Amino acid sequence: MTEIRAEMVANVWKVVAAEGDTVGDGDTLVILESMKMEIPVLAEGAGTVVRLAVAEGDVIQEGDLIAVIE
Amino acid sequence: MLPGVPDSVLIANRGEIARRIARTVRRLGIKVIAVYSEADADLPFISESDEAVLIGPAQAALSYLNADAILAAAERSRAHAIHPGYGFLAENAEFAQRVIDAGLTWIGPSPDAIEQMGDKIRARNLMAAAGLPVAQGSAEPVTDADDALAQARRIGYPVMIKAAAGGGGIGMTTAADDDQLRAGFDTASSRAERFFGNSSILIERYITRARHVEVQILGLADGRVIALGERDCSTQRRHQKLAEETPSPGVGPELRERMFAAAVRAGESVGYRGAGTVECLVDGQTGQFVFLEMNTRLQVEHPVTEMVTGIDLVEQQMLIADGAEVSFGVDSVKPIGHALELRVYAEDPIRFLPSPGAITAWEEPSGDGVRVDAGYAAGNVVSQHYDPLLAKLIVHGQDREQALARASDALGAFVVTGPKTNLPFHAELIRFAEFSSGDYDTSVVTRLRPLWTDDVGVHGRGPRAVMIDSDMRRYA
Repeated sequence: MTEIRAEMVANVWKVVAAEGDTVGDGDTLVILESMKMEIPVLAEGAGTVVRLAVAEGDVIQEGDLIAVIE
Repeated sequence: MLPGVPDSVLIANRGEIARRIARTVRRLGIKVIAVYSEADADLPFISESDEAVLIGPAQAALSYLNADAILAAAERSRAHAIHPGYGFLAENAEFAQRVIDAGLTWIGPSPDAIEQMGDKIRARNLMAAAGLPVAQGSAEPVTDADDALAQARRIGYPVMIKAAAGGGGIGMTTAADDDQLRAGFDTASSRAERFFGNSSILIERYITRARHVEVQILGLADGRVIALGERDCSTQRRHQKLAEETPSPGVGPELRERMFAAAVRAGESVGYRGAGTVECLVDGQTGQFVFLEMNTRLQVEHPVTEMVTGIDLVEQQMLIADGAEVSFGVDSVKPIGHALELRVYAEDPIRFLPSPGAITAWEEPSGDGVRVDAGYAAGNVVSQHYDPLLAKLIVHGQDREQALARASDALGAFVVTGPKTNLPFHAELIRFAEFSSGDYDTSVVTRLRPLWTDDVGVHGRGPRAVMIDSDMRRYA
């Protein structure tokens, strides 16, 4: 199980993956936006997205859970 | 600004540039009116202003890009003039026209000049017609992938794919072959549509070992256009500038003279008034240069020109906007020494990822030849809503060596805690042999950070950042 957490304060701009999706290593899960940059958050390893903890428009803090991949 | 009337200038911007403009406005005995979003109430540019007007919530689209709110603030505060700074509404011809129509002085070039230079294809064709060298490229907007492919093959790889309506490095990507061209074209045109509401693409020959050198021009009230010196802005990540210096270590007297003449011609061809910048690429192998684009506003890196010439560019902008003569001898400008600007960003110094947050300590360096244009102080919160520029460290020396030594000392004395900053990156850059030798090009940062500076993101693990301008996402 891999927990993917936010590295910075950001707005969640786009949620690309959905719970239940099978993803490959490096696939984009969500796209964050911070300081006029888009930051795609990538799957660290292949697996199934068992949890997506953010929705579009959310403001997330550094360390907040974004997704869980199993 | 009417004679005999207490003058006032509304600064339609935020952070370091709002504060820097205010410094000149105040020195000239003119009232400073600031506008701000809810996120910026505690910033120095507000506490230092004579009057401050809240114009909206943190999101730039609802505040600093909100022309109605800014014009209402100008009316309420009885401002006589508006200075737009850079970014936000600075290159919005419609806003400039509205300011003028409201009977205010617009401290910037004419809406027509802004318009003509705003579209990269139009500007490129205009400059070619004025006799400026341009890179091989498409003279018409490229709108479909097959056309893009045909153009790229005609021009020859590698090519640069750019949004015609874009700016600031947004949506730019390079392609070395047909496959990359197809992928790059799709990305660039969809971004261009999303950010600028215009999917037109420009394809140009990509010069691999190039320096990014720009010329500061001033269009005077009497119609003359003069060149005030060049700035080398080759130190970039994600097509965004990190450090700038003048004179350029890669430009000799003969090339400088040709570039100045071309920049003056560029300004003259659009009847330019005020401060503007003609950006060029200099091919390191051939010593030739090509026109890239013209920025119709004050540039972020204008202080390096001020440091070597002793000219206050904001003051000249205000005088020209007022139809007055500039305050220096136009024929006797003689730059002295060398100046370097380092952009201090709230970002991780290794991967260049944004790092907003609360500033717990802030100590600026000082000393001979050291200038800091800062937007923040201890206790301020750096919001994720705006760009990561915290401050600009500008140093001047009698030569490049002394400027670099002063920069190194100043970096050691610059303390910012809270958000991560790129101060450690700059300390490395100054020591990096390629940079310190002066013989560097636009890829210098990719050699200093080989894993983290690819066009479309970083290789390997972790998040990739893509430079966008979310302020422009009006059509999302």
